[in-house]
Amino acid sequence: MSTETATPRGPHAESARLAFDRGERDRGERPTSRGTTREGTTARGRKPKTLTIGRIGLYGFVVVAAAFFLLPAVVMVLTSLKSMPEIRDGSIFALPQSLDLSAWAKAWSSACTGLDCEGIRVGFWNSVIITVPSTIASIAAGALLGYALSFWRVKGADILFAVLLLGAFLPYQIFLYPMVRAFSMVGLYNTLSCIVIVHVIFGLPIMTLIFRNFYAGLPVELFNAARVDGGGFFRIFWNVMLPMSTPILIVAAILQITNIWNDFILGLVFAGRDNLPMTVQLNNVVNSTYGEREYNLNMAATILTAAVPLLVYFVSGRWFVRGIAAGAVKG
Amino acid sequence: MAAQRKRLNTATLVLLPFWAVVLAAYVGTMLWTVQISFTASKLLPVDEYVGFAQYERLFGSTRWSVSMQNAVIFGVLFIGGALVLGFLLAVVLDQRVRFENTLRTVFLYPYAMSFIVTGLIWQWLMNPGLGIQKAVRDWGFTSFDFAWAVDRDMAIYALVLAGLWQASGLVMALMLAGLRGVDEEIWKASRIDGIPAWRVYLFVIVPMLRPLIVTAVVLLAISVVKAFDLVVALTNGGPGISSDMPAKFVMDNLFTRQNIGLATAAATVMLITVAAVLVPWIYTEYFRKARVGGTA
Repeated sequence: MSTETATPRGPHAESARLAFDRGERDRGERPTSRGTTREGTTARGRKPKTLTIGRIGLYGFVVVAAAFFLLPAVVMVLTSLKSMPEIRDGSIFALPQSLDLSAWAKAWSSACTGLDCEGIRVGFWNSVIITVPSTIASIAAGALLGYALSFWRVKGADILFAVLLLGAFLPYQIFLYPMVRAFSMVGLYNTLSCIVIVHVIFGLPIMTLIFRNFYAGLPVELFNAARVDGGGFFRIFWNVMLPMSTPILIVAAILQITNIWNDFILGLVFAGRDNLPMTVQLNNVVNSTYGEREYNLNMAATILTAAVPLLVYFVSGRWFVRGIAAGAVKG
Repeated sequence: MAAQRKRLNTATLVLLPFWAVVLAAYVGTMLWTVQISFTASKLLPVDEYVGFAQYERLFGSTRWSVSMQNAVIFGVLFIGGALVLGFLLAVVLDQRVRFENTLRTVFLYPYAMSFIVTGLIWQWLMNPGLGIQKAVRDWGFTSFDFAWAVDRDMAIYALVLAGLWQASGLVMALMLAGLRGVDEEIWKASRIDGIPAWRVYLFVIVPMLRPLIVTAVVLLAISVVKAFDLVVALTNGGPGISSDMPAKFVMDNLFTRQNIGLATAAATVMLITVAAVLVPWIYTEYFRKARVGGTA
């Protein structure tokens, strides 16, 4: 802070700007969260203390934007707490007259997905069973490959990486049908192993990318020293690299848990009837019900499906953003 | 020297299974898909080659042309909209507003949710009889129309709106990181020169954030090409075929309509379209830098 305020101003520093700076300084001395995110407090904003028209417009925009992002979640929760007659007669924005959790209970344990009426919990556990091994296996594969690509000079590594990158960006539709055929040939189609293998295959590009970027940022001297000490490929990976990889492992876990939990198309095609993940079950509950649609139940089931990635998001906080930045491909 | 060669061999050996997976799962399946597209396959792949007949069928199909048009409309509005909205949100958060952390959480949380969840939420909001439309009409605005998901002319914009809600936070997070990295000196200099903030943002900061903007465009473009979940959950391609998309066209013909030849032809067209954009990008982004030695 002191370095900032002590910065000499040019001769053009008129009184107006001095006032501006003073406003800044007052603001800067308060212990705000901003102080930690950026130490220089030269603002790019208007003077924060007085309300200018620009400032009002700014907050107007913030309020409208926040409403746009929050409203769907609020409506979803409200709807899930109402009874069906209440939904039919009242406004979508109206508060529930009494807290009615029956839709939640029904969504969890007796909602119908097609012919089975065992609730969304079946999909929940299927998703857990799919997500856990897929996350672990794809992180392990990506870490190993990323390590190999960044420290070891292997012929053709560039080509392997290029093909992987292409695979990350191409639409699944190009790969799906032959994969279905191949898995049927070896008798794995529509099994749990099948969907886990598919998740590992399609998770490989992003996992390799983030681990490769992470290891490329580590000092090469570290690797060279380990080699001088006689470390082999796996020993260096296990004893030197992995212990330093905690941050990127967390990022990778966040990315893969949300990606795999939120997957729909792969689960739909490869998981088979007995292993359909929660997203597929949810879509079946909401979009293929016959008879009267139970919107409260639908919304409760939707919230339950969103709960796991949302929990990851709220718990991980800045790590989630780091995951986005890590996935935001940089060479 | 001998020891070094042995170690290099370990690395080569480790890469072998990855090569196998990548070649089989990406290259092999891709070639197989292209191969099927030249056959008369219906329910199962057959070896009866028919040249470009499936492609002729494809380009003669109304459903396919509607899908492609929709992909363009959705792509332009979704990518453009998310960039503008995300950038505005980032700029706003960069003005030392109150509750910045809370707001950032609010803007980004939809991105944690799947497109299925997003689609189902907006399907409910756009419910013709019970959704927002009814609530607003009850307030007296009787001509208010928000049943977009079941409106032939508006269904594609329903997808855009839901997509923007889900993905704008991503752009916001990327841009905010970029804005926080902008050198303070630029702001000092521009203030001394008396340049209004919006001009600095538009003509100085935006060009500086170019790499981040490219990244955001690529990430958003991927979701456009992969747009399947959102369509299935929100409109299911309807009413009729009015909000169909290429990814859904392929999936339907593969798994429900037993038109494998046509589906693979459509997938191949998707592949060529995406590759035409991707290959130059990957080349410049990852390989030119290495070869020119960091001057790119």
